[in-house]
Amino acid sequence: MGQKQPRIRLFGVLLKATLLFMLFNFAFIFINDIPFGKLSLYNFIFPGRERFPFGETREAYNLSLFDLDAMFASHVLAGAEKAPDEYRVLLIGDSSVWGTLLAPDQTLAGQLNAGSITACGKEVHTYNLGYPTISLMKDLMILDRAKQYQPDMVIWLTTLEAFPKEKQLDSPIVANNSERIRQLITNYQLAMNPDDPALVKASKWDKTFVSRRRALADILRLQIYGTLWASTGIDQFYPEDYEHAQIDLEPDDEFHGLRSLQDALAFDVLDAGMSAIAVPTVLVNEPMLISNGLNSDIRYNFFYPRWAYDEYRQLLNEHTAARKWHYLDLWDLVPMQEFTNSAIHLTPEGEAMLAGEITKAIQTLCQ
Amino acid sequence: MGLIQIGASVLAALLVGVLTRSVRSTLRTYLLLALSVLAVYWFQPIVPLRSFDFWLPSLSLAFVVLTWFIIAQPGAWRARQNLNGLLIIAVLATLIDLSRYFFPDPLITATIPPQFNQYLIFAGIVVCVILFFTWLSHRSAWTITATIILLIVILFILKTPALSLQASIFFRTLANRPIESATALDVRWLGFSYIAFRLIHVLRDKQTGRLPELTLPEFTTYVIFFPSLAAGPIDRAERFTQDLRKGFALTQDETLLGGQRIAIGLFKKFVIADALALIALNDLLVTQVRTTGWMWIILYAYAFQIYFDFSGYTDIAIGSARLVGIKLPENFAAPYTRPNLTQFWNNWHMTLTQWFRSYFFNPFNRWIRGYKSIPAWAMILIGQLATMLLIGLWHGITLNFIFWGIWHGLGLFLQNRWSDFVRTRFPALVQNPSLQPALQVGGILLTFHFVAFGWVFFALSQPALSWQVFMKLFKLL
Repeated sequence: MGQKQPRIRLFGVLLKATLLFMLFNFAFIFINDIPFGKLSLYNFIFPGRERFPFGETREAYNLSLFDLDAMFASHVLAGAEKAPDEYRVLLIGDSSVWGTLLAPDQTLAGQLNAGSITACGKEVHTYNLGYPTISLMKDLMILDRAKQYQPDMVIWLTTLEAFPKEKQLDSPIVANNSERIRQLITNYQLAMNPDDPALVKASKWDKTFVSRRRALADILRLQIYGTLWASTGIDQFYPEDYEHAQIDLEPDDEFHGLRSLQDALAFDVLDAGMSAIAVPTVLVNEPMLISNGLNSDIRYNFFYPRWAYDEYRQLLNEHTAARKWHYLDLWDLVPMQEFTNSAIHLTPEGEAMLAGEITKAIQTLCQ
Repeated sequence: MGLIQIGASVLAALLVGVLTRSVRSTLRTYLLLALSVLAVYWFQPIVPLRSFDFWLPSLSLAFVVLTWFIIAQPGAWRARQNLNGLLIIAVLATLIDLSRYFFPDPLITATIPPQFNQYLIFAGIVVCVILFFTWLSHRSAWTITATIILLIVILFILKTPALSLQASIFFRTLANRPIESATALDVRWLGFSYIAFRLIHVLRDKQTGRLPELTLPEFTTYVIFFPSLAAGPIDRAERFTQDLRKGFALTQDETLLGGQRIAIGLFKKFVIADALALIALNDLLVTQVRTTGWMWIILYAYAFQIYFDFSGYTDIAIGSARLVGIKLPENFAAPYTRPNLTQFWNNWHMTLTQWFRSYFFNPFNRWIRGYKSIPAWAMILIGQLATMLLIGLWHGITLNFIFWGIWHGLGLFLQNRWSDFVRTRFPALVQNPSLQPALQVGGILLTFHFVAFGWVFFALSQPALSWQVFMKLFKLL
């Protein structure tokens, strides 16, 4: 006699499955502090990325995510043991530092590393911590997180577009790291409201597995893309052709609805960033395209009317001089033809010019 | 097919299963027919040619009805079931077209359906063609052959990029549309490969007198059965109809088994296959991958991606069909764990290989055996090569699919000769039990890699790219 199979009740199975799933889902609320992003295959199975993950298309073999831990864990910096003869330099900035349209070896960090520079008798290793969002607050967040990697120097490249107070909390990466940002506001006593509605406030439900599925899937996809990073060295989409930065400009002198920049710029965030790490920090007003086309008497480029940029430079000069910061005003270093698809994106040749100036600064200011 | 479409078809299947628990099987057939007709329109992806997302499914239905009229007994259409079937198809197609006047956005189709007068002209032409073919079929046995040839010609055009492009240019010219933007992908006719193969199967069986009588609702449901419309399996009409005619009550066990199969399929397709798809071999990666080791990994990723993708869809189809009492045939049975190429092909896309075996390989072999002057080994070689070449061409008429077919045809031939050689020359070696595990593992590895090398042709668009991959795989570049 064969043994009788126990009868399976569909309702029972569904009920148990639902209960188990709910348990699993809500358990995530209590394990919210586990930094899943720190678990990474980069620097173990795959080589670390030379710049942060960022990308919107599948051809980029890359993706944008908001998990700063995951971004750092995938970066070569996270796996780089600091040698005694290493002089570690961190580059902070926007897409011009990250290197839009540039291969990793053509970026500012890539060119500095290829130059085999020495400073204070040590070998300079530069790490690209640029991220394609223009905001001082985003830079401060990255700077603050990068402290733990024992830098010897920080080079912070920025531009006027990163300064307006109103846009400090607007970028998605800032808005979606609200806890971190609130902590920065408190720690550095920034003149910002920690309860600003721009900062995403996570409810209990937002911490469940169901709500976090996209973020978790992004972390997994980042690991999968490690294969393509390791096998191709490609981390962004390089179009065969692209629209070049605008030379002929609109006859418009508007800048974020402002008539003057007095009190409109987030200098407190800049101050926080400059004091975030107790190592020499060099502030660089990054090169930008200076147009000679239509209406160039009104605007320098797509981003800036002349009046605003001139006022910004004056304010920044005064601010840095008063604090005796290391400051390089390289706004007009690169000729117009060495820009690519934006008024701040440089060609490899433009990056080489910038690298030359940065090299001098590193060698002069090293300690 | 996306998750929403899969979810909706699973729900629809479950609903049919629940609703038809205690009713006659004919009602279940009508419901499945109606859902399948809707699915033909709903699953059809958007195409750049205006209203083709309506015309192509309508043509699929027209072909199905035409084929039924050809294979059915004279006057069979007057039977109530068949009239009901005709009514369901006609009413649904008409309602879908008329929906353009009642809803601002397309309801079932990807874009707004064509104007009603255009639809009426189309329907009129279809009726005339069906009447003509039906009249012809009762007078000439050649009608069936002509229909098979017509289906093959359409498949040939759809599978040949240059001809597809010409077809797109032709339709654009007809519609007064610019021809510069025409591409070979313009005429993406969802499920037609499978529909054509099912139709050819019944037409051939009709010719050979093996086809049982089928009502129009049964026949149409068989050909466009919504769970297996887009990616198979290719069932046999007589087996499918048997299930359809059987009384069926959706039990808890059936629901669980079906649900389990669907869940496995979803996991295979949307978790494993889609993740592997991010890193699987493609044209772009051929030039971008820098080292031999990574090229192997990219190739392995493709081998597993294609398996999990296809077998995942099959699992979903089999599971969904189970909810309505249809036991679709298996399509994959752990093919990568088979120790030789013959066994691989007996377990990979099984329903397609069985189809080719029944309708090409066996008849071809019977025919070639008539030529006594051809040696046995040459007969095997020609038979294997021709069959695999056709399977390759079924996927697309390009050089790379031809190479893929030849690769497998030659592989099957060599494996056949090798097996014979070893069996006759070294019988002790083959039967030695202590050697079996090693032979088994060695066979599996060898077969898997042979198949994986075949994917190098299958996955890429140009022979030059495939060549580059081989050079990189063996560090010759």
